[in-house]
Amino acid sequence: MGILFEDGNFSTFYHGFLQTIALSALSALFALLLGGALAAFRVSPVPVLRVFGTTWVTIFRNTPLTLLMLTAVFALPRLDIHFSTFTFAVIALSVYTSAFVCEVLRAGINTVPLGQAEAARSLGMGFGQTLGLVVLPQAGRTVLPPLSSVFIALPRNSAVAGAFSNAELFSVQKVFDEKGYPIFMTFFWIALAYLAISFTISGAFRVLEKQLAVAR
Amino acid sequence: MKARRTVAAALSVLALTAVAACGKDGSPSASGDSAAPKAPGYTVKSDVKLDASPVWAAAKKKGKITIGAKADQPFLGFEDVTTNTRNGFDIEIARMIAADLGFSADQIDFKTVVSANRETSLAGGQIDLYVGTYSINDNRKKTVSFAGPYYIAGQDLLVNKDNTDITGPDSLKGKQVCTVTGSTSITKVEPLGAKVTAYENYSLCVDKLLTKEVDAVTTDDAILKGYAAKNAGKLKVVGQTFSTEKYGVGLKLDDKALRDAVNDALKAHEDNGDWKKAYDATLGLSGSAAPAVPPLERY
Repeated sequence: MGILFEDGNFSTFYHGFLQTIALSALSALFALLLGGALAAFRVSPVPVLRVFGTTWVTIFRNTPLTLLMLTAVFALPRLDIHFSTFTFAVIALSVYTSAFVCEVLRAGINTVPLGQAEAARSLGMGFGQTLGLVVLPQAGRTVLPPLSSVFIALPRNSAVAGAFSNAELFSVQKVFDEKGYPIFMTFFWIALAYLAISFTISGAFRVLEKQLAVAR
Repeated sequence: MKARRTVAAALSVLALTAVAACGKDGSPSASGDSAAPKAPGYTVKSDVKLDASPVWAAAKKKGKITIGAKADQPFLGFEDVTTNTRNGFDIEIARMIAADLGFSADQIDFKTVVSANRETSLAGGQIDLYVGTYSINDNRKKTVSFAGPYYIAGQDLLVNKDNTDITGPDSLKGKQVCTVTGSTSITKVEPLGAKVTAYENYSLCVDKLLTKEVDAVTTDDAILKGYAAKNAGKLKVVGQTFSTEKYGVGLKLDDKALRDAVNDALKAHEDNGDWKKAYDATLGLSGSAAPAVPPLERY
């Protein structure tokens, strides 16, 4: 039970924990920005942007994350693109998650009655204003529950990065295994840590939902 | 009709590429050249009586012994999925032990077990023995038993053949060194000033080494020799080991009868030269000479 508190294991575990949080937080930020832009592309009146958005979502939502990570770490350097493996992991995770964020946001946009956009138009607002001031604020509230699912999945997806030179939470398991500790205890602590992260995120979203709730 | 023909053509092109890809890249079993040393055959003992060991008795009743092994280590513990055969030094060790326990080659049921599942598979009885770069250490002795060691490995460095500035652990300062996620090898090269990269498996490291993005790959020399043999002429093992890993045969905890029998089997095959022949036919292809046979640690 106490394997965490012997033989310097705690610092290994703690660094893995921080690495998972850093990976997830940065990727969440970029995925949100990227996903927002893509959702705007997909509902925009410009055909080229719509095609770009659709292609992006189709490719990255349907490619296994491991493959994306592998491409980032092994194919990009062959094209003379060199980053740290942490950056590569953030790129792969954001790109992957952005496709899901985009679709969630698009679903939210579709829930906003068409009359709202038409009313905004008739007041003389352009596409950007209609989307940014009228549609997205309403859509954003609706999509909080599915968005929380996407962002709870993200830290767990980040476990894949451990296979590509990122010492994150899940890869700590290998360190302990090499030292010969029983696998069950190792997984117990790791599962507990992931649970803590997931609960924090779902709690934050619950608070947001309460704050932004609106009677329709 | 035309569309269907196009699809058929596309499919056959795909199939051809797949077939062509299979023979590529010198898969270990493809070394069919007759000058290469061949692994010895082992005489199966017919009069084995080992009823004191429940594991052995159960295996005998089934008529099959289940041996856990690695499947992704060239010339050490490798499964060739195209021919559905296994080969390598660890596999030879498993075969000689099985022969002495009264099981012929076709009575061995090899099962791939990854490192993380070794203890649970042995304790749960899914496998009877485990032979796959399994280092004997005191923590593990609490959950499993070990026979052997049958090989003493040490952490070493794999570099490109033309590399002359990496001569051993002392020349690693500032060098990019690749190893597997979580392996203890990391903790040994980091204090030497090496910059460590870690991937899920060694073949990814070897790929980075072949494209010269890392300067060296580090882990037990046995594993490295396998990759050197697979990429003969391109890679070499430096040969300055800086740790000691005793590879043992994993057994269910406290099956003393079976442990003694496995130790006897190892001793017999080390003495009659099979051990050396098995080495020459597998890891020996890397160009590194066979190390001394390690003394058994019976307990």
